[in-house]
This record gives sequence, C-alpha cells and structure tokens, in this order.
Amino acid sequence: MKSKIKIASPAGSATLSPEQVIEIHNLKIGFGDVPVLRDLSVQLFEKENLVILGKSGSGKSVLIKCIVRLLNPDSGTINVLGENVNKLNDRDLAKLRMKIGFLFQSGALYDSMTIKENLEFPLKRIKKNLSQKEMDEKIAETLENVGLSDTLNKMPSELSGGMRKRASLARTIVVDPMIMLYDEPTTGLDPVTSDEISSLINDVQKKYDTSSIIITHDIECARATADRMIMLKDGEVYLEGSLDEFEKSPDELIQSFFKPKKK
Amino acid sequence: MKSIGPVRKKIPKLPDVKKRAIKLSENVIKKTQKANRFFLAVGEINLFFWYTVKASFSRDFEFKEFLRQCYLVGNKTLPLITITGVVIGLVLTIQARPVLAEFGAVSLLPGMVALSIIREMGPVVTALICAGKIGSGMGAELGSMKVTEQIDAMEVSSTNPIRFLVVPRVMAATLMIPILVLYADALGILGSWAGANIKGEVNFVLFISQAFSAVGFMDLFPAVIKTFFFGAAIGFIGCYKGFTAGRGTESVGKAANESVVVASLLVILIDLVAVQITDMLL
Ligand SMILES: Nc1ncnc2c1ncn2[C@@H]1O[C@H](COP(=O)(O)OP(=O)(O)OP(=O)(O)O)[C@@H](O)[C@H]1O
Ligand SMILES: [Mg+2]
Repeated sequence: MKSKIKIASPAGSATLSPEQVIEIHNLKIGFGDVPVLRDLSVQLFEKENLVILGKSGSGKSVLIKCIVRLLNPDSGTINVLGENVNKLNDRDLAKLRMKIGFLFQSGALYDSMTIKENLEFPLKRIKKNLSQKEMDEKIAETLENVGLSDTLNKMPSELSGGMRKRASLARTIVVDPMIMLYDEPTTGLDPVTSDEISSLINDVQKKYDTSSIIITHDIECARATADRMIMLKDGEVYLEGSLDEFEKSPDELIQSFFKPKKK
Repeated sequence: MKSIGPVRKKIPKLPDVKKRAIKLSENVIKKTQKANRFFLAVGEINLFFWYTVKASFSRDFEFKEFLRQCYLVGNKTLPLITITGVVIGLVLTIQARPVLAEFGAVSLLPGMVALSIIREMGPVVTALICAGKIGSGMGAELGSMKVTEQIDAMEVSSTNPIRFLVVPRVMAATLMIPILVLYADALGILGSWAGANIKGEVNFVLFISQAFSAVGFMDLFPAVIKTFFFGAAIGFIGCYKGFTAGRGTESVGKAANESVVVASLLVILIDLVAVQITDMLL
C-alpha cells in the first residue's frame, strides 16, 4: 500500500542529504501482533518546522519516541544529525540526546520537584558550564516566555493542566536544543495561549535555528508553524505537502482535519 | 497457540491418538511459553541488577538524592519500628518468664530475650516492616514515574535514570535498614526490661549487663551483616518492580503490591541462607 496522494515527493532526498537533520527509512514497529508503523520514511530538513497530523492512535508519538530511541524499531534506519540512532552506544546516545528537545504529550514533569527544579534538571546536565546565576536567569526568562513567571517555586501538582503543559514546554526549550520534537504542544490550552505557544515555537526556531517536528491536532497551531506537513495513516505517510496543498486537497480525511475549524 | 488452531480445523476427524498428540504439543507449547517468560524475567532482573551495579560505580554519585532517600527511609518507618521493637521485647519477656520460672532460671531471662532479639526477631521483623513500607513506597513511586513518562523524560535529558533513581534508593535502603535494626534491637531490650519490671523491680544496669553477657560478637556480627543484604534486597526489588511497571495506572498498584510480596519473601530466604552460613561457620 503506497500513499494515495503524494504532492511533494522526496525523490531528490539523496542529493539533499547534508541538509537533513533527521532521516527515517522504512521504519517498522509494532506491539505484539499489532503493527503501528510500517515502512515509514520521513525526513526533517534543517531549520524547518514539520507538522505531523494523524488520527489518534496512528503512531505519531511512537514515531518521535523512536527518534530518541525510547522505543526500538523492528526494522528500518533512523539517522539523526548523521548518526544511526540504533547503532549508538550509551555514551554517544546520551550526547546526541542532549541536542534534542522532547516535549512529552503527557508533560512528564517530575512531580517530586518544583517547577524551578524541573527546569534546572536538564539544564544542569546538558549545559554544565553555566553558573547558578546564569541558570536562574535562563530559567526565569524561559518561564516568562511561556507565561509562568509566578510558578517558580510551585509543585507540578499545584498547576492546572494547561500550566503543566506550558511548564513542560519550558523545560524542553530551556536547553536550546538543535532539534525539537513537540508532541501536541497546544492540546488542552485556550485559543489565546495556543497562539502564544505557536508563536513561541516560531521564535525558538528563528532564534536558535532549530529544526522541529510538531505533532498536533490543532489546525491553528499547524497553520502558524508549518513549513511542511505530513499526514500519517495506517502506519504510512498518507500525504505530504505544504500547508497550502493540504488546505486545497480534495481528500476527505484531510478536509475533515481542516474544515471544522474554518467555519 | 494461534498457529496450532488452523491445523486442527484442516483435519476434522482425527483419530484419538492424533488428537492426544496435538493436545500434548499444545500443552508443551503453553509450558514452553511460560518457561520462556520466566527466563525472560530472570534475564531482565539480572540485567537490571548489573546496570545498577555498574551505575553505582559511576563517577558522579547523586549524593543529595541519596541523603534525601536516607531521610525518607528513616522517617517513614521510625514510628512503626519504635512501637514494634518495644512490643517484641515486652511480649517475649512476659511469655518466656513463666517457663523459665518453672525451671528456676529466671536469671537467664535477660540474656535469652536479648539473644533472640538480636539474632532473629530484630532483623527479620524490621526488615519485613521495611519491605512493606519502603518496598511498596519505592515500587509505587517509580511505577508512577514510569507510567507518567517521567523516567523517559529523564532518559531523553541524558540522565541515566538507574543512576539517578535506583542507585540512591538501593544504597539508602542498604545503609538505613541495618541502622533501623540496631535501633529496634535496642528498643526491644528496653521493652524487655519494662516487661521484667512488671513482676517486681529490676535494676536497669543489672538487667542490661545480664543481657549483654549472653550476647557474643559472633551473635551480633552475622546478624548485622545479613541486615545489609535485607536492605539491598528491599531497595532493589522495590526499584525493579517500579521500573518495569507496565502502562496505565493500575500497574502502579501492581508494582507496589508485588514489591512487598517479593521483598518479604526474599528477606525470609536470605535469613534462611544466613542462618545456614552462620551455622556452618560456628
Ligand atoms: N509502549 C507501548 N506498548 C504497547 N503499545 C503501544 C505502546 N506505545 C504505543 N502503543 C500503541 O501504539 C499505537 C499508537 O500510539 P501513539 O501513542 O503513537 O498514538 P498517537 O498517534 O500519538 O495518538 P494520539 O494522537 O492519541 O496521541 C496505539 O495503538 C498504542 O496503543
Ligand atoms: Mg500521541
């Protein structure tokens, strides 16, 4: 089963290889007898925002977990910054992961630590040469960017769902990663905050030249951030193209994603 | 299992022997799968153990986290161990007294109670309480961290979760449980003195000196050594069960529950082995 429609074909991908930060070829993974991704090939280019759409359970989260090797694929190769993720030893993998920011769908804030300690945790380990004062400044600045300045010493359990989401976004971007993987950054947020997060994603991208994969169901967020979009279905790329091409697509599945919000 | 299904359907009328043969092979497959799962679990626990050992010797030890865990282990169990320690001493004394009185050997009471507390009751009862309190706590805490992806989050921020979470916990349990056992022993002897006091006044100094004259180095030493193993086992099992919790919140409860069961069992088994070894050495 090949994807039905393919607008921007990745045919020339081989010649573009220096610009590819993530290269996934024929990725296959399943749990038990159930295949989740089959024969998936995706590239992420330098300094681009790639939005991934797909129904719930289509394997979007599984895909980005494979990129950081939280899950091991059954077959296929994943190259990140020119390194084969599944062939790396522990130390090199840790080094590579330092360059990748990962926003968990569930937030995954450490609930035995305050928000400040939550942000300090990766900062201390990844940016080892920062002084305490520089760290505090960085944390304060990042929290302000997500609109959470006054929660510095609160525990995650004292925050609302949306605030937790933003706090965990702050924890992801505080270390200035080269590659960002956002798993539904705006889900559960009000439209105003969603817009702010979308523009924050763009700001981060511009400021640090990051390349990002953004998983979202929020079409407004996709509109604001996407350079390129991919729709997953049945474990394969169903459609790939620009925002424009998606919006004009006659395909029913695609339209069902775009229509409701338009009206 | 699934692959056997269609074979059966293809040949509808089978002679009895063949049916039995199929049944047998089905059973064999079932048993093998069970055995495989068992060996897989054994392999997994072995791997986890070596990862923990390896991480224990890593350069950057999480000292702050270790201290926090020590504090938690002590803080969580202290009231329970205080009460239990005193009561054990009290009860042992009250129950042993009439028996000893029958033989006119009441003067042996302090020594006998002290011996049984130091060699057996103190270590095992304290360890079982800790298995319940600390083992389940660690299982539940790490289990919920696993379920809410906090352990994954640690991993992607280039922190070895075994080094950060497991090593300090196992070490804290290994260090704190012997201390708690000594504390329980002391309270047990104190309780015993209180018990002896119920029937007529007993001089405290005399009681203590009588108690300790019966206890030799070779009573105390193996008893203390085994408590380190109790502690390590409780910490390790709690962490292992939490770490390998499945997905979904119900697996948190399962992890906590299994930690208690396995840790308690291990405590008893280690005690059995320790007694055998001490017996051989003496
Ligand atoms: N660790 C795992 N073990 C077993 N099955 C899993 C695991 N992780 C994911 N799955 C299964 O893989 C499928 C895809 O899950 P995934 O989380 O990637 O979906 P998703 O596209 O992110 O959906 P959503 O939009 O709801 O987040 C689901 O059917 C899920 O049950
Ligand atoms: Mg998901």
